[in-house]
Amino acid sequence: MKLTIEPRLSSSWRLAVFIPVFSLAAALFSGGVFLYFMGVSPFQAYRAILTASLGDAYGLSETVVKAIPLTMTGIAVMLSFTMLIWNIGAEGQIFVGAIAATAVVRFFYTDSRPVMLIMMFLAAGAAGGIWAAIAGFMRAKWSVNEIITTLMLNYIAMNLLNYFVFGPWRDPSSLGFPMTPPFPDTARLPVFWGTRIHGGLILAIILPLLFWFVLKFTRWGYEIRVMGENPRAAGFAGMNYLRNVVLVMFISGAIAGIAGMCELSGLQGRLQHGFSGGYGFTAIIVAWLARLHPFAIVLVSFLMGILLVGGETLQIVMRLPLSSIMVLQGMILFFVLGGEFFRKYRIRSVKDDDAVPLQAAPSGEEK
Amino acid sequence: MKKITAILAAAFVFMFCGTVFAAFPPVPAEEINPGFVYIGPVGDGGYTFMHDKGRLFMEAEVPGVKSRFVESVPEGPDATRVMETLVRNGSKVIFANSFGHMDFVLETAKKFPEVIFMHCSGYKVAENVGTYFGRMYQARYLSGLVAGSMTKKNIIGYVGAYPIPEVVRGINAFTRGVRKVNPDAEVRVIWIFSWLDPGKEKEAAKALIDAGADVIGMHADTGAAPQAAEEAGVYVVGYNNDMSNYAPTKHLTAPIWNWGIVYRDTMKQVIAGTWKSEQIWPGLKEGMVDLAPFGKDVPDPVKKIVEEEKAKIISGSWDVFTGPVKDQQGVVKVPEGTTMTDGEMLSMSWFVEGVKGDIPK
Repeated sequence: MKLTIEPRLSSSWRLAVFIPVFSLAAALFSGGVFLYFMGVSPFQAYRAILTASLGDAYGLSETVVKAIPLTMTGIAVMLSFTMLIWNIGAEGQIFVGAIAATAVVRFFYTDSRPVMLIMMFLAAGAAGGIWAAIAGFMRAKWSVNEIITTLMLNYIAMNLLNYFVFGPWRDPSSLGFPMTPPFPDTARLPVFWGTRIHGGLILAIILPLLFWFVLKFTRWGYEIRVMGENPRAAGFAGMNYLRNVVLVMFISGAIAGIAGMCELSGLQGRLQHGFSGGYGFTAIIVAWLARLHPFAIVLVSFLMGILLVGGETLQIVMRLPLSSIMVLQGMILFFVLGGEFFRKYRIRSVKDDDAVPLQAAPSGEEK
Repeated sequence: MKKITAILAAAFVFMFCGTVFAAFPPVPAEEINPGFVYIGPVGDGGYTFMHDKGRLFMEAEVPGVKSRFVESVPEGPDATRVMETLVRNGSKVIFANSFGHMDFVLETAKKFPEVIFMHCSGYKVAENVGTYFGRMYQARYLSGLVAGSMTKKNIIGYVGAYPIPEVVRGINAFTRGVRKVNPDAEVRVIWIFSWLDPGKEKEAAKALIDAGADVIGMHADTGAAPQAAEEAGVYVVGYNNDMSNYAPTKHLTAPIWNWGIVYRDTMKQVIAGTWKSEQIWPGLKEGMVDLAPFGKDVPDPVKKIVEEEKAKIISGSWDVFTGPVKDQQGVVKVPEGTTMTDGEMLSMSWFVEGVKGDIPK
């Protein structure tokens, strides 16, 4: 008996539900086995994760705080991925967005909070957008691989940020520690309900709705999808590839840049060395797990938030080392992403003698 | 810049001995559940590893206390959540072990005035926030004596983390030791702008070796620089703990931390109800800092000098920054017969004579 892998010709809704659920169950089960061998009760550990991240208002609020930048950046990369343009530079776009917003605070300071926030918003969007559009233009015009350029632009952005926080923008009272002075309140996004949930929440709700609508119901959304699936056909249909790639990258980068501004102005309150916790990279996993669906991105970001917030608590409550929590998080992601494979392909066992199905058919006819 | 330094120095003096806070009520040992917030993983083999060793020492010394820790907590908003989660899970005392946790410690401390926070290496205090650090400069000086004796080319490399007073003070003390035994030697500094980045630590050490250094000193969290030195066949002075594992044949010694002393004493104070917000800074005398065992290449006369200088510091008759101390330009910063105050040392932002490198402004 042999096993063969073949693509599924159609995908039923039952598979679409069954596979993620089964993947998650398998992930939790194997994670449980791992936890058992680490010497802790899997049930207690899972309960600790859920209690910490969802069990009370504080945990829930912190999970949302984590989900906000992930959702926004997830939407940003989703947009480019839909067009099969691989923007993996969201991290850098977050950085330049934050740098631009900080520049506004330093050089265009006014006492009006709405004016400040709008200026920071626009500056961050423009900076992130242009940063990404550079790679988009090079891709569309000269076929320069955007995976390489966006990745490399991350490091440039990172060093640009370091230049500012180590150099001209450093807080003189920080004793050499690389960070800007704290922002005045007029440059801070409002926070809600006495938690750390900030104004970015509004964008994290609006953006998925907006892009769901745009991709599904507008002509431009249709063009992007067609260009993603078949750029040649799109060209024959008179769609402008260059313009759309640059535009999509600009919007993608702008959203990432604004996510950076929200994190900066809503949560951190100052620009600092090592500013983003890798949201730009996690967003790629988020968008992928969500299969590029805007609403699923919100859900997956929230699940990521649970894993991140709950993971810390495992260290405290179950006294597990960080590395074993990272293994657990990795296992869960591995299974959920791996499940995707079974949605697209199926594994069938075939007997050696009927390996060639064509021979079997005539013998059936003879009867 | 000088003016700012002077203001900072004044601020330090004020903070160091100006405010006196009231003592906290006692807490039974079983209810303290001290929570440790670590900048790195406990397996870093250096800085956080030594803090964790101190934590275990505390658990052994103070019966009934059961602690917990969170590893790799960045110096950002995540630190606030980690501390708040510790408090919500019953921690009555929080230790945060990195400079950059400072503002997040104060933010959380404000929210939980009944919880005691101890912040390592910072300078901001509150009613319920104390700081702790050690006079590592004393052990650094002793290690400098060894480095200065062992260099042949008179070039010593130094891998520096961030250009902040803690690191600058360490470089200065090390250089004072080097120049005491070898006035011709110079200490070259490379900043890596990170506490913990084995890649950068190693690259910086390699660059210094390529530039001619035949002894490497370091202020970073891991054993990567000693590894680079061992590979290149040059001597190295480790940091944090005995790093001879990373450089078995080339490790001369290392200035090391015994954090357990602070952790044990803090627990005892909290249990007795005598804890109050202070800035504690114990040194060689208290055993908070020390030197790791000497490598086999260190000759006896060098060991003898180190012992003599150590005795001098412990007796209190002399300290590392007792004048005359000159800066890089040869200007006398501390005249003969005077010693730098704690406030001046804590805000040190200039290099002494013999250091080659600069402090980014």
